[in-house]
Amino acid sequence: MDTDRERHRARETAFYLFTQQSLPACKPVLTPGWVIAIFLFMGVIFIPVGLVTLRASHCVVEIVDRYDIDCVPEPSRMDKVSYIQDDSIPKNCSRFMKVHKYMKAPIYIYYQLDNYYQNHRRYVKSRSDKQLLDGQKYHDTSYCQPVESNNNRPIVPCGLIAWSLFNDTFEFIREGAELKVNRKNIAWKSDRGHKFGKNVYPFNFQNGTLIGGGKLNPEIPLSDQEDLIVWMRTSALPSFRKLYGRIEEDLDVDDVVVVNLMNNYNTYSFGGKKKLVLSTSSWLGGKNDFLGHACVFVGCSSLTLAIIFVLLHVKYRRPYGDMSYLPWNRKSFSG
Amino acid sequence: MKRYVYINDNESSHELYCDNRISNRKYTVLNFLPKNLWEQFSRFMNQYFLLIACLQLWSLITPVNPASTWGPLIFIFAVSASKEAWDDYNRYLSDKKANEKLVWVVRQGIRKHIQAQDIHVGNIVWLRENDEVPCDLVLIGTSDPQGLCYVETAALDGETDLKTRVIPSACMGIDFELLHKIKGVIECPNPDKDITRFDANLRLFPPFIDNDVCPLTIKNTILQSCYLRNTEWACGVAVYTGNETKLGMSRGIPEPKLTAMDAMIDKLTGAIFVFQIVVVMVLGIAGNVWKDTEARKQWYVQYPIEGPWYELLVIPLRFELLCSIMIPISIKVSLDLVKSLYAKFIDWDTEMIDYETGIPSHATNTAISEDLGQVEYIMTDKTGTLTENRMIFRRCCISGVFYGNESGDALKDTKLLNAVAGSSPDVVQFLTVMAICNTVVPIKSKTGAISYKAQSQDEDALVNAAAQLHMVYANKTANILEIRFNGSVIKYEVLEILEFTSDRKRMSVVVKDCQNGKIVLLSKGADEAILPYAYVGQQTRTFIEAVEQYAQLGLRTLCLACRELREDEYQEWSLLFKEASSTLVDREWRIAEVCQRLEHDFEVLGVTAIEDRLQDGVPETIETLRKAGINFWMLTGDKQNTAIQIALSCNFISPEPKGQLLLIDGKTEDEVCRSLERVLLTMRITSSEPKDVAFVVDGWALEIALKHYRKAFTELAILSRTAICCRVTPSQKAQLVELLKSCDYRTLAIGDGGNDVRMIQQADIGVGISGREGLQAARAADYSIGKFRFLKRLILVHGRYSYNRTAFLSQYSFYKSLVICFIQIFFSFISGVSGTSLFNSVSLMAYNVFYTSVPVLVSVLDKDLSEGTVMQHPQILFYCQAGRLLNPSTFAGWFGRSLFHAIVVFVITIHAYAYEKSEMEELSMVALSGCIWLQAFVVALETNSFTILQHLAIWGNLVAFYVINWIFSAIPASGMYTIMFRLCRQLSYWITMSVSFTLSVF
Repeated sequence: MDTDRERHRARETAFYLFTQQSLPACKPVLTPGWVIAIFLFMGVIFIPVGLVTLRASHCVVEIVDRYDIDCVPEPSRMDKVSYIQDDSIPKNCSRFMKVHKYMKAPIYIYYQLDNYYQNHRRYVKSRSDKQLLDGQKYHDTSYCQPVESNNNRPIVPCGLIAWSLFNDTFEFIREGAELKVNRKNIAWKSDRGHKFGKNVYPFNFQNGTLIGGGKLNPEIPLSDQEDLIVWMRTSALPSFRKLYGRIEEDLDVDDVVVVNLMNNYNTYSFGGKKKLVLSTSSWLGGKNDFLGHACVFVGCSSLTLAIIFVLLHVKYRRPYGDMSYLPWNRKSFSG
Repeated sequence: MKRYVYINDNESSHELYCDNRISNRKYTVLNFLPKNLWEQFSRFMNQYFLLIACLQLWSLITPVNPASTWGPLIFIFAVSASKEAWDDYNRYLSDKKANEKLVWVVRQGIRKHIQAQDIHVGNIVWLRENDEVPCDLVLIGTSDPQGLCYVETAALDGETDLKTRVIPSACMGIDFELLHKIKGVIECPNPDKDITRFDANLRLFPPFIDNDVCPLTIKNTILQSCYLRNTEWACGVAVYTGNETKLGMSRGIPEPKLTAMDAMIDKLTGAIFVFQIVVVMVLGIAGNVWKDTEARKQWYVQYPIEGPWYELLVIPLRFELLCSIMIPISIKVSLDLVKSLYAKFIDWDTEMIDYETGIPSHATNTAISEDLGQVEYIMTDKTGTLTENRMIFRRCCISGVFYGNESGDALKDTKLLNAVAGSSPDVVQFLTVMAICNTVVPIKSKTGAISYKAQSQDEDALVNAAAQLHMVYANKTANILEIRFNGSVIKYEVLEILEFTSDRKRMSVVVKDCQNGKIVLLSKGADEAILPYAYVGQQTRTFIEAVEQYAQLGLRTLCLACRELREDEYQEWSLLFKEASSTLVDREWRIAEVCQRLEHDFEVLGVTAIEDRLQDGVPETIETLRKAGINFWMLTGDKQNTAIQIALSCNFISPEPKGQLLLIDGKTEDEVCRSLERVLLTMRITSSEPKDVAFVVDGWALEIALKHYRKAFTELAILSRTAICCRVTPSQKAQLVELLKSCDYRTLAIGDGGNDVRMIQQADIGVGISGREGLQAARAADYSIGKFRFLKRLILVHGRYSYNRTAFLSQYSFYKSLVICFIQIFFSFISGVSGTSLFNSVSLMAYNVFYTSVPVLVSVLDKDLSEGTVMQHPQILFYCQAGRLLNPSTFAGWFGRSLFHAIVVFVITIHAYAYEKSEMEELSMVALSGCIWLQAFVVALETNSFTILQHLAIWGNLVAFYVINWIFSAIPASGMYTIMFRLCRQLSYWITMSVSFTLSVF
């Protein structure tokens, strides 16, 4: 009872203090000392963090090979678009990638597209998440415009994104032997489990008049079509990499990896680039110096500012809370 | 323009006039929705949001789910609609209670108990003691044999004393039973809201007495909402009913006041709107160009070769929608919320409770607290505002002899006491005038003590002083006054009362001495209304000296005079007076003219001096506020000398060497013009010197100056920091406020009486003092306080804090919307200018209405400086007055800040999450969390004092952001499934956050 009453009183007083606008408050004042300390602290924290991050990024070995131009035979280079659109010409192409530094498995294989707007509004919108999960049970495919139906039946999977599926393929050979590429588990587990249906089969995909990108095996349910799942995770930037597979063997320095690829995907009409990327990974992810540089930059500028402030503070020191600095106490003040 | 009320005639007036149903409601059940929506949509902001919401229904152009705008919009509308509905419902309930109250009304000659709403014009209504009056009635009978009754008019004008009301002479002596059958006609003006006038006539039909027309005044009425007191019963004829009563007519909806800040916010909103249009046009054109040059080549986008006719419009409209969040939808709601909290803080403030009366301060108008911090001119009334309005009789001068000069209190002056004891005829005559020349009602309590109910504080002081000098005004029965003097009882019959008006500046009574039958005119009034009318040959010089001497001391003076009337002179005049009293047109003026005929050739008896003490803390308050750069003008009806003395004693002006008083006077146009120019010249010269220069102007000169030399006077008003305007009328007070307002100054008017109401309503901020002159001013005002000294706290503490807080809140609201909007704009440049939204609908909506609005709402608790500091250095208010915290340049600062922060977040995000990490949902969450961190940082940085609530709101909001997104990430059906979990596991995410957080410090 007593504690109850006390608590009640405490609440009452708290409310009373609130009504009087006199709740206990702390008033941090940014004195020069504090400011310098904060900047020093920031410098001390960020420079090491930046260096560690940079180091992680430097540990990542990355081989990038742009193949979209070189894989077009010399005679066709003048008109790459008609070359790529001509189904009769075989699109085989071989590339040699030299390993300049030891690469530890797993080695990630990415294909990189530049100047490809997966974030275009018309493009991002053109999909139906419900259909991907439930298949034909879900009839409303209006989101999928302009690739929504074929012969009055909704296309599974519908929409521009699926329709423009990337369809270059890569094979890797080292010293005459084929390198094993693991193409399982390249998509997010959550996508395979909850976003793409296990009973949804792409029975009428790419059957229409206008063929876009890759085709899908109608026997395999969408939840196992990992290339599609990866492709459907649209990128927010016009240059992006998507996971193709993993090499689960180490690559030694001066190894030469021969890549046999099928150059099927049309990036020529809009001047896009195609690149193949082999990369190891670190705790940071792939190779990316930006964060490290940013941290170091932040740290250094904090330190510089701290030093400037120290100098200013020493030179123009003034007592804390001096009334004579109030504007109306200065001589020049005219109210 | 007249109304004829047929008494007790049940049919004739039914169709003509409304019944007594009172309705203060704005809506009915049926029209609530359309009317309320119409009102809400008449505001530009709401129209804008509605347009945006409608555009979003078009799925081709909407970047996000329409729910992200419709949700908040409907929420906002629902909130204000339900507030309106609730208010209206309460009004309905109180109306219903009043309407269904049972009253006794005569129907077909029988008294019946009916509901108040069924009263019709012409009905006879019976009231018992302590009943509330249901409509405006003309009295026709009371329980009192003299036909008197007492009413309390507090609800009408706030005056708490009892007022006497009397039945018209024609109804005198009608038998109680016959009142049921009375027939007649009342000729009265159409309904108006003047509660001090009722110029009507009554004529009873035979068999009731004669055909004579009987004049009616406000004295013969009892008005709606008054209470019948000390009277067993009364009955009257309903003349105005329902919403047409005097009270109903005066219940207008006051113009909503707009603060300087609101105006500035509207202006800035307009600027942002223009900016938005420009951005939309530029992006729209860029988008269309890009589409035609690039997008058509991109086969995977499948742009049709031939689009529909509106194709060119699609991209600009998309950007319009994308940028629509630039104008934050939450700002109006947030502002309304915090404003009502400011008002609550004023109501709650225990330091502004008047402990003498227990009246707390109250903010009637909840919308204008910020203006308090920006006040530049304070126009103050004198009596009751600066002074206590508690009059004490201090000195007097009776036929040339000064009393009370030594001790400062005439009541203790032995000279006077001896003169009273010796029944010196001059003194007795003087005391008689003091005792009976008034409208005071003596009330005898059961113990035999006599207390006085007076309408005027001066009269109260005089009667009480007379009583202490053994001239006791003991009783009043009808027209017979009873006075006890030194043990003997003297009776007087009151023949006429010539009431006080502010134009006549005097009041008189005509009494008949019951002993010897002599008729005497007794007058009291301002010196210039009495002394010039002294009989030829009387030396008034000593009186003039006395008046001047008293005025120098800051005392209020009244001159007392009398004149014996001849019987025939009185009779002759009485007829004229009666006629004048029953005119319907210009009655006041006619009466004044007739009074003038009697009030001359006075024998001046003496001068009384009444002290009106300054309220506590007035000089300090004025000094503090003066330091804060606020200019004071005193507008008073009192005379010049008294005003100047009060002004001196309360630091209003400084004495000679430091201060200088410039007088504007003159009776003619030329004189006023010359004096005005002279003052203006001095003012210009001295404006550079540190000298307190004030000008003094009286009502007459002011009238001329305002009429003919408005420009010169305006210039003077701008130059002068202090002014004293004496003998000004209520409408002149309002004109002066208007004048300053027209020069773009924020004005605050403070007053306590009915004569200040117009000025209070006219000013940007009206402050009423709930004082002795009733609540009339306090009711009309935006703020009511108990004492003048609370003004200091009201302005320096509440006004200043409100200003600072709103300045932060409003600019912050724009800042946070702009940040997210800039990020969207930047993103559009890397998404093919196609109008893709980086953020999903849920995040956008939550960002605007939740994540960013909760932390900032607690900024209403922020205090940049402690109350003590502000009180010590009132100069700090300059910053608020000059609007240094919210103006286009501070706003530009916030604009720049938002641009910078958006760049930081955007650049860091797209670089840290490049290539294989560039998945859309992840990237958008990274950018959004960046914004959330930044806004927490900005709020924390701008907060000066952290109370527990601030910590809770700022850091709790960050936690809430993660919790909410984790919840969304746990739902498989949501687009964000697992995203937030993935991000929080990545170290790079946290490094990105910390980098963008710290970069924004620079």
